[in-house]
Amino acid sequence: MGTGLVSVAYVVASVLFIFSLGGLSHQESARRGNLYGVAGILIALVATMASVSDSGLVAIVIAVLVGASIGVAIANKVEMTQMPQLVALLHSFVGLAAVLVGFSGYIDPLTHTTGAEHTIKLVEVFVGIFIGAITFTGSLIACGKLDGRIDSKALTLPGRHLMNLAALAVSVLLGAWFLGTDSMALGILALVLMTVVAAVLGIHLIMAIGGADMPVVVSMLNSYSGWAAASIGFMLGNDLLIVTGALVGSSGAILSYIMCKAMNRSFISVILGGFGQTSSSSAAVGSDDQVALETSADEVCEELRNADSVIIVPGYGMAVAQAQSGVSDMTKLLRERGVTVRFGIHPVAGRLPGHMNVLLAEAHVPTTSFWRWTKLTQTSRAQMSCWLSVPTTQ
Amino acid sequence: MKIGIPKEIFTDERRVAATPPSVHKLIALGYEVVIEAGAGEAAHYRDEAYEHVGATIAADTHSLWSEADFILKVRAPMHNAALDKHEADLMKEGAFLASYIWPGQNPELLKNLAARNITTFAIDSLPRISRAQKMDALSAMANIAGYRAVVEAANHFGRFFTGQMTAAGKVPPAKVMVIGAGVAGLAAVGAANSLGAIVRAFDTRLEVKEQIESMGAEFLQLDFDEEEGSGTGGYAKQMSDEFIKAEMALFAEQAKEVDIIITTALIPGKPAPKLITADMVKSMKPGSVIVDLASERGGNCELTEPGKIVNQHDVTLIGYTDLPSRMAKVASDLYATNLFHLVTELTPEKDGQPKVNMEDDVIRGLTVVQNNDVTWPPPQPETPVSPKPAPGTEEPSAEQKAAARKESERRSLIGKGAALILTIAALYGVGAYAPESFLRHFTVFVLACFIGWQVVWNVTASLHTPLMSVTNAISGIIVIGAILHLAQADSVAVGIMAFMAVLIASINVGGGFRVTHRMLKMFRR
Repeated sequence: MGTGLVSVAYVVASVLFIFSLGGLSHQESARRGNLYGVAGILIALVATMASVSDSGLVAIVIAVLVGASIGVAIANKVEMTQMPQLVALLHSFVGLAAVLVGFSGYIDPLTHTTGAEHTIKLVEVFVGIFIGAITFTGSLIACGKLDGRIDSKALTLPGRHLMNLAALAVSVLLGAWFLGTDSMALGILALVLMTVVAAVLGIHLIMAIGGADMPVVVSMLNSYSGWAAASIGFMLGNDLLIVTGALVGSSGAILSYIMCKAMNRSFISVILGGFGQTSSSSAAVGSDDQVALETSADEVCEELRNADSVIIVPGYGMAVAQAQSGVSDMTKLLRERGVTVRFGIHPVAGRLPGHMNVLLAEAHVPTTSFWRWTKLTQTSRAQMSCWLSVPTTQ
Repeated sequence: MKIGIPKEIFTDERRVAATPPSVHKLIALGYEVVIEAGAGEAAHYRDEAYEHVGATIAADTHSLWSEADFILKVRAPMHNAALDKHEADLMKEGAFLASYIWPGQNPELLKNLAARNITTFAIDSLPRISRAQKMDALSAMANIAGYRAVVEAANHFGRFFTGQMTAAGKVPPAKVMVIGAGVAGLAAVGAANSLGAIVRAFDTRLEVKEQIESMGAEFLQLDFDEEEGSGTGGYAKQMSDEFIKAEMALFAEQAKEVDIIITTALIPGKPAPKLITADMVKSMKPGSVIVDLASERGGNCELTEPGKIVNQHDVTLIGYTDLPSRMAKVASDLYATNLFHLVTELTPEKDGQPKVNMEDDVIRGLTVVQNNDVTWPPPQPETPVSPKPAPGTEEPSAEQKAAARKESERRSLIGKGAALILTIAALYGVGAYAPESFLRHFTVFVLACFIGWQVVWNVTASLHTPLMSVTNAISGIIVIGAILHLAQADSVAVGIMAFMAVLIASINVGGGFRVTHRMLKMFRR
């Protein structure tokens, strides 16, 4: 297959990816969007395989088939409540793949370059591996925290910002050394050292973040995995990788931005990893001013029975308690009695952007009853006879 | 420990301090409950209903009082004519008591209770802070009184509240003026408004304007911006002479126009201010109604008589002092719940043993007698209880806000400027030094970022998780790079690395798309 045809195939794949993201903007077109994505990947894979010499084809096909079937098997097995862990785990795979491809690209480059182009390429290799390593270990930690294997409390070491800065500075120094050396062995040594530093940095960054901030973390790691793919694309000079990486990177960045807005955090401080120093997502302002009235299930039942309109505000507690089908049944019962039931879903409820929606959808709650948070808070409270909040457990 | 609920003996008092639901909850706190026979009758709660939830019925008044370790009641203890004994003297020594006490007006009673070692909680001395709202019986009763005031007024008013256009002619809507927008005033505003009247309300505290408007009334404002009438604890304070003059002029003018006046003006520790003079009553339209909710404390209107309905100058003046008791059922429900919350606060262990924690501001304020000591009035807290917020959370002044806004604008301007300069520098660096091949990819990259930005903003919030798993699957495109390396691998090490990369990137592709598919299948309209 000629390079021209491969390029055309890559353009088609890029367009399909854009359609895929576009399709997700509405419920009706979402499934089509997913299929576009599958088609894009298939076209890209086939074109790439057709373009390479026969030498490694068997190994490639084996690796792809085995990998894909493992992926599908995991995806078939996973519970919807475990979604955040799975997404985080998949992010770490992209990170690891970026690291491996980066090393391969340095040791055994596809094309030989000289002069400024060579320097730029080395920078691309370096950046790609750096982001990839952070994504890899950071996602693993996020996955562990979401799964409860690692304590979800924020680990706050003294002077952690300084430590992060130091790690960054060391990486830059290693980068300078890496660019300056001509010896392959020394270059690899620099890369390995940097990978270790970046891996530790990734662990430390995510360890410092508490469980309730995980939606931001997961979407940020999503973004990072995109940037890692894009920098590998630069390294290989492959536009398809660049486009896809940029799409994913900006998508993750937007999601993190939305999450930050919802939690009243500055985007910049999150990007710099300065978040988690306050657990302000749940901190009350003027704690004396807020009253919590304890109630019992019986009383809530009574309230619900008397209500005309109920707004359910689900949180991570619902996921932990696996209560989504209970909530769904309750919704059905209330609707049969003519009660209006709506769901007010805060953008950062749960451990993943949109987590609550997925859980409720699993329990067959119609998506039309989901309200955007802003719309909810603008609606006069007088219209509502009952707010049912399923609290978030930290 | 035994909680005793006596029958109220004050004339026309129909309320009761516990209802079957509250008794049920009190028992859950570890108490036994004894009820005097017929205690709930006037509030339509029968003895059987109490027995049904686990209370016992006391044989007679005397045994109830002597048996109970903790008395819950409505009115302050008073002389029982039937037994010819004061209720306080009927109590066990060392017992507990929670009721209205009005410690300021009843120093004798306090002394008496202290002598008998009776720890007393005066529900009317509750500090007015948010945490104590669930026990705030004054507010609960004021709410009822406000509603009932409108109902009483409607009962004595010869017209509809709402305006109507009928075949038999046009009926104008009633005009109601409410003076004092505390809990009772606001409740009256709400009730009159929902009956369809045109409602205006006045208060010396400017901060209640919003509350009045939210209940559907017009706020009558004086052209008087110097003075603000907020005292401590959310109550009004006494105003200056000029202010009162301007206020009286406003009332005189309104009196000629409105059909119903409901007054609720009270100043803590002072007799009620006289706001409606005899002349104003005379100037009102015949058939008008005045409801004076302050009549127990002397009345806001010169002509009202406490506890009675009188007719003066063809205006009906209602001076009932027992409006909550006239709605005994709901009043008992709310009061019983207030007392239940109080007992809950006193029994943190849920073991049926009250603990008086004088460190707690709320409990300290409520406790007017502890053992043998009169503990009223409570020491003034160092910071006033009223809206003095915690440091750092106070409402910033207008200048501070403006300064802060300016500061943040300046900062964001600096930030934007810095970002712009950095971007220009970076672009210049790329343009000047980077080779052609890099620039081509760079163009693609920047454009792709913008496309991604545009496309992703349109994604609805409920699809964020699928978006994430799809982008995840797509970022598995890195498999392409791995494949290229695997195909070209010269050394075994690179081959193994590339193989691993292909494998895990494929897991990503397969898993990401599959799980997205599963998720999207569940979403339905």
